Amino acid sequence: MSTVATPARSSAGLRHRLAERGISGRLWLLAPAVVFAVALFIYPFAYGFGLTVQPLPATVEKFGGGIFANYLAFFRDPFVFDTVWITMRLALPAALFNVAVSIPIAFKLRARFRGKRTLQTLLVLPITLGTVLTAQGLLIFAGRQGWLNRFLIDVGLIDEPLQLVNNYLGVFFSLVISGFPFAYLLISSYLSGIDPSIEAAAKTLGAGWFQRFRRITLPLLAPGLATTFVLTFVLAFSVFPSARLVGDPSDETRVLALMAYRAFAEQLDYSMASTIAILMGAVELAVVAIVFLGRSFLYRGSTGGKG
Amino acid sequence: MAVATSTEVVDLRNRGRGSRPPGERSLVASPGTWFVWAGIAVFFVFLAGIVVSVLVDSFAKQWFTTWLPEEWTVGWYAQAWDRFDLTHVIGVTLLVAFSVVALSVLIGLPASYVLARTRFPGKQLVLLLFLLPILIPPITYGIPLATVMYNFGLGRTILAVVLVNLVPSVPFVIITMTPFIEQINPSIESAARMSGARTVQVFTRILAPLLVPGILAAGILVLVRTVGMFELTFLVSGPQSDTLVVAIYRAMTSAGGGEARQLISSMGVVYTAMMLVILVIALRFINPTQLVARVKDTGDD
Repeated sequence: MSTVATPARSSAGLRHRLAERGISGRLWLLAPAVVFAVALFIYPFAYGFGLTVQPLPATVEKFGGGIFANYLAFFRDPFVFDTVWITMRLALPAALFNVAVSIPIAFKLRARFRGKRTLQTLLVLPITLGTVLTAQGLLIFAGRQGWLNRFLIDVGLIDEPLQLVNNYLGVFFSLVISGFPFAYLLISSYLSGIDPSIEAAAKTLGAGWFQRFRRITLPLLAPGLATTFVLTFVLAFSVFPSARLVGDPSDETRVLALMAYRAFAEQLDYSMASTIAILMGAVELAVVAIVFLGRSFLYRGSTGGKG
Repeated sequence: MAVATSTEVVDLRNRGRGSRPPGERSLVASPGTWFVWAGIAVFFVFLAGIVVSVLVDSFAKQWFTTWLPEEWTVGWYAQAWDRFDLTHVIGVTLLVAFSVVALSVLIGLPASYVLARTRFPGKQLVLLLFLLPILIPPITYGIPLATVMYNFGLGRTILAVVLVNLVPSVPFVIITMTPFIEQINPSIESAARMSGARTVQVFTRILAPLLVPGILAAGILVLVRTVGMFELTFLVSGPQSDTLVVAIYRAMTSAGGGEARQLISSMGVVYTAMMLVILVIALRFINPTQLVARVKDTGDD
């Protein structure tokens, strides 16, 4: 199937030669999706980018820099720029925690046992809760008068109710509750793609569980882990409603998404809103790129198992 | 290995008595297992606490400093239903969700067919085009998109809500369906073409029946995502086009300290009930832990 045909000898028509390179009428089937992606994704992005270089006069006056005033404002205004770190401080630990905790659980639940399907369903169920309901539940359950604090006081572990919501912790809990089921789902499906006979072979050669994990399962799982981390990180990085509802939106959980929304809906500064949104995407893509680069150093073979 | 074999022997012996199927055994209690179970238990305690406290709150008349409310009532549901016009809100939610499912399958399926079956110049670029909306946070493309919508006068309409929700849904359908189609033996199609079937016929007679499980799985996941999608909907929706999540959020953050907590709790219970119904139906058709593994093959290269 060499795609480079020999035009000199070929007597076939243009249509046929194009078809040999994969260009045929079939490609029209792509048209709706491509048109859609260009109209609703590429065009708004370009438009938004255009907006970022049309700052409001007030921004130019405050930060200078002409058409780059929005970017200057982003990097010079600590109120805005600090949100990058605030978001990272929330998203990275949450994503790492979700992935790290999912690995042992996915491993243990790989074995066949009674009630496995029920347990898996229960683990995945929080996906239905939605961030808004999780926020409401956390406020009631973990609030000062909530059952959690009440129980801890009654048991005698603490004297004063712990501050678990309306701060960093509240958002972290909410990210774990919505992110963990997702991470577990992905990791266990990647795990199910690894052929168990590879591990069995190592076992017959006398490898202990840690050796098997480190030398066999982990390298095979690494691409899946990277993908899972990236997807959970995207979820955590774009945290928005819970940062407002169970967080401390003016200080500890003043995340990028919140700032972008404020500029968009409250200050009606569309150019600044687009700037924050696009830079937010850039920061997030940088982390994604680092993860995938790091992954390519870890292991470069086939992912094994499925084939 | 020895353990597994002996269990199997036991199981074979017990088979007549209708115990576990061969090869299945209860989890052995090693320290690692205890650790995992403890973790799962803590997670479930939190989860149950959250769900039950919202449920209790939605029936509570007065609940301040006691373990359980002093008085119970079902009045909050009726109140919430009237006050937030939940009939309308739920109608909008379902209308939006089903339109998004139908449109994203219609747009995405042909594209995933091409991606699964043909190599063509620029294929990587097209793949990237469909991967980006999944990799980029919704707010990042949502804000420019919402600005464009408002400029076109589409702001706060149901059409705008449907359109923004399509942005992540169409790529999602494409990414899930491509490996599904790859698994179908192309010689079936070739045979149909040899017998004179046209592309449309190949689609309706050959591919569609084979793809039904995949379409169902992708469709249901898109449905769940759309019903739960907050960020994108919130950016473009208005009073007449709010979905249920957005309506709850607005009630929680409305000016003047928000609505009575119980009103919000009862709306939350309605939302969860709706999601549960969808998910229970979904789990009848798909095995959650095997769904995503198929994506892996297209994810890289």
